[in-house]
Amino acid sequence: MSVVTLTINDELASANSGQSLLEVIREHGIYIPTLCHMDGLSERGGCRMCLVEVQGMRTLQAACVTEVAEGMVVTTHSERLRKYRRMTLELIFAERNHVCAVCVMNGHCELQAVAAIEGMDHVRFDYLHPDLSMDISHPRFGLDHNRCILCTRCVRVCDEVEGAHTKDVMGRGINCRIVNDLNQAWGSSQSCTSCGKCVQVCPTGALFHKGVSVAEMVKRHDFLSWITLGREKNEWNYTGQPPYYATERRKE
Amino acid sequence: MNRSDLQTLGERELAKQQSTGCRLLCCGSTPCLSSGGTAVQEVFKGILKENKDLKAELAVVSTGCMGPCSRGPLVRVQRQGEPDVIYEKVTPELAQEIFKKHVSGEDTNQAEANILPGDIPFFSKQKKVVLANSGLIDPERLEDYVAQGGYMALANALREMTPEEVCSEIIDSGLRGRGGAGYPSGLKWNLVRRAKTDKKYVVANGDEGDPGAYMDRTLMESDPHRVLEGMAIAGYAVGAEQGFIYVRGEYPIAAKRLEKAIRMAERRGLLGSRVMDTAFNFRIDIRIGAGAFVCGEETALMASIMGRRGQPIPRPPYPAQSGLWGYPTLINNVETFGSIAPIINNGAEWFAGIGTAKSRGTKIFALAGQVENTGLIEVPMGISLREIVFDIGGGVPNGHTFKAAQTGGPSGGCIPADYLDTPVDYDSLRELGSIMGSGGLVVMDDTTSMPDVAKYFMEFCMDESCGKCVPCRVGTVQLYRILERVTAGIATRNDLTIMEELCTMMQETSLCGLGQSAPNPLLSTLRYFRHEYEALIKDDLPLTSDRFALATSSALPRQEVS
Repeated sequence: MSVVTLTINDELASANSGQSLLEVIREHGIYIPTLCHMDGLSERGGCRMCLVEVQGMRTLQAACVTEVAEGMVVTTHSERLRKYRRMTLELIFAERNHVCAVCVMNGHCELQAVAAIEGMDHVRFDYLHPDLSMDISHPRFGLDHNRCILCTRCVRVCDEVEGAHTKDVMGRGINCRIVNDLNQAWGSSQSCTSCGKCVQVCPTGALFHKGVSVAEMVKRHDFLSWITLGREKNEWNYTGQPPYYATERRKE
Repeated sequence: MNRSDLQTLGERELAKQQSTGCRLLCCGSTPCLSSGGTAVQEVFKGILKENKDLKAELAVVSTGCMGPCSRGPLVRVQRQGEPDVIYEKVTPELAQEIFKKHVSGEDTNQAEANILPGDIPFFSKQKKVVLANSGLIDPERLEDYVAQGGYMALANALREMTPEEVCSEIIDSGLRGRGGAGYPSGLKWNLVRRAKTDKKYVVANGDEGDPGAYMDRTLMESDPHRVLEGMAIAGYAVGAEQGFIYVRGEYPIAAKRLEKAIRMAERRGLLGSRVMDTAFNFRIDIRIGAGAFVCGEETALMASIMGRRGQPIPRPPYPAQSGLWGYPTLINNVETFGSIAPIINNGAEWFAGIGTAKSRGTKIFALAGQVENTGLIEVPMGISLREIVFDIGGGVPNGHTFKAAQTGGPSGGCIPADYLDTPVDYDSLRELGSIMGSGGLVVMDDTTSMPDVAKYFMEFCMDESCGKCVPCRVGTVQLYRILERVTAGIATRNDLTIMEELCTMMQETSLCGLGQSAPNPLLSTLRYFRHEYEALIKDDLPLTSDRFALATSSALPRQEVS
């Protein structure tokens, strides 16, 4: 494997060829927000939070799906990027009913944390207030479409790790919904193994354990890398690492 | 079948056509069929059935599109030794008259008023390269295409040219992708050719979705073999053995004719295994779309071919590096493939001689909207917009004045009257904030409200967004809602600011071309017709009940899950 040298925020950095830009940026201790990326899953490039400026590229590039290349000059934070990240968050918050005060994930939510760090303190767009349902037909888990940001981590973990492919996306555009099997009640799904991985990877309160109340749902954000890489690393007990955004504070 | 067999077949068919005293060519393309073309064809076929003795001297041919679609159904009378006569708006009664005049030789002038002169600017200003056979041959007969020199380019390429030579010929011709983005086709071919893998694919993009555009449909309906031949040459040039044509689900006639064409070409050994007795194999299969506009985007289209959800994936890797099932894939618009055979036949220099320095060749446009002659036209690149609208199109009807021309559909923009003399090519249109696009051209007169136009296109993009990335999924909805307020006269200046900010953000952050270009119609109308928006904006608007209702109403229907 060859080593490439690139410049990230005016500092030289080295990386293995084939690595994604996001990986390298994080390895160098630079905070960059993500919502659809999850270690251990395939990349999607849909949340547009990890967009970076790459010199010589016509458009902004999503760091998670960009491979590092020799001589790349990358800027991860600029006034323009901060503004776009805030606007993207505003759009997400306006899309569905993200009411933190009554959410099971209040205080532990990735979306909430990222919004706080990025300084998204108000939404200038119309709240769309969609009239969405909840699926609590499963004996152990619940699915609340009001909190879903369509990152499809649950879809990918169900397909790629568990191999059940119970979950997928239905509809198009603003009408997209996460569905179980062919839009059945979760509880009646024949393919669901009730493994609960989808709940653990969900960044918001869209998937939760039944029986938790407001702010009680805590997810193991590094759960997936623990179960997929734990054997290699001889980590038999889950200890838990702080999430990537835990130490980041809002900077102005 | 080898090259000499092909030549014999063509010559025999041509001789047969020339020995027929009178040929009645009836347009069998969708616009003419929907305006009553089927009944006209029935009349001619009925006559032929009743008069069996006429069979040697009369032929009734169902052809492809002839061009002036608003004047359909069209009938072209070809008599040996006489100039062709084209009749417009033919009814079954008129068809009888045409028969009497041209076949029975009766002295009747009933149909005189419906003759379309052949020397009007609509025809004389056009230059037909891709549509050369369209309207003159029966798309359902292979022999008709071969009689016009069809499959000769493939035969010559296979026999006399190496794949490198084919690619360099396409590079030299300066052909750029006709799907809208205008990437040099030859470079793309070379990329795929150089890739070292055991499998490669060729894909023709016939998923045309822009409102008012029907160039690809017409090409597939009127001359399907030309597309197949272009694909086969591409397959030879890049080293692929499998091709796919992705046809929009709304185009059943195009799919049917392509299917028939593939079957006939395979039977004759022009496609399939050992094409024309050489070592080259090339199969073509059809894939039918399921009604998603975004599947015209190349990565979404390939996902759809592979049976996955039609959503784009971020590029790079480009399809030329990793496309269908991870193999290098050459994907071009059907019109691009339609240009290949003429380039191989006449040489790159000939093709490069048409058009402008940076945009070579011809382009098909679907001329629609407030214009006298709507229809399908093929013009050399660099022709001015004025010539298209006023000479070919015949100007704006009913005493109205020209206001703007919309090119490129929901990804394009509106070009105002001040820029009528702009040459129509990829780069000039981009400078004006529009794009050439796949070839939709909608003319608007002074009665059109530009905010309404922007709202219409935004609604289209909102419906067609796949929902993968946030800026497009939610941004289009937000823009649509603001435009709804603007057109209802209840928007504030703040709305306009947010709207512009959101447009730039979507252009820069969306994942695929759909989201990146969705704000174009809005931005271009803002650029040239800002006063229309300003006139609708109200400052210090009180929060009336209907404004409140609009601001808080849910744009989404309740959707039951489980």
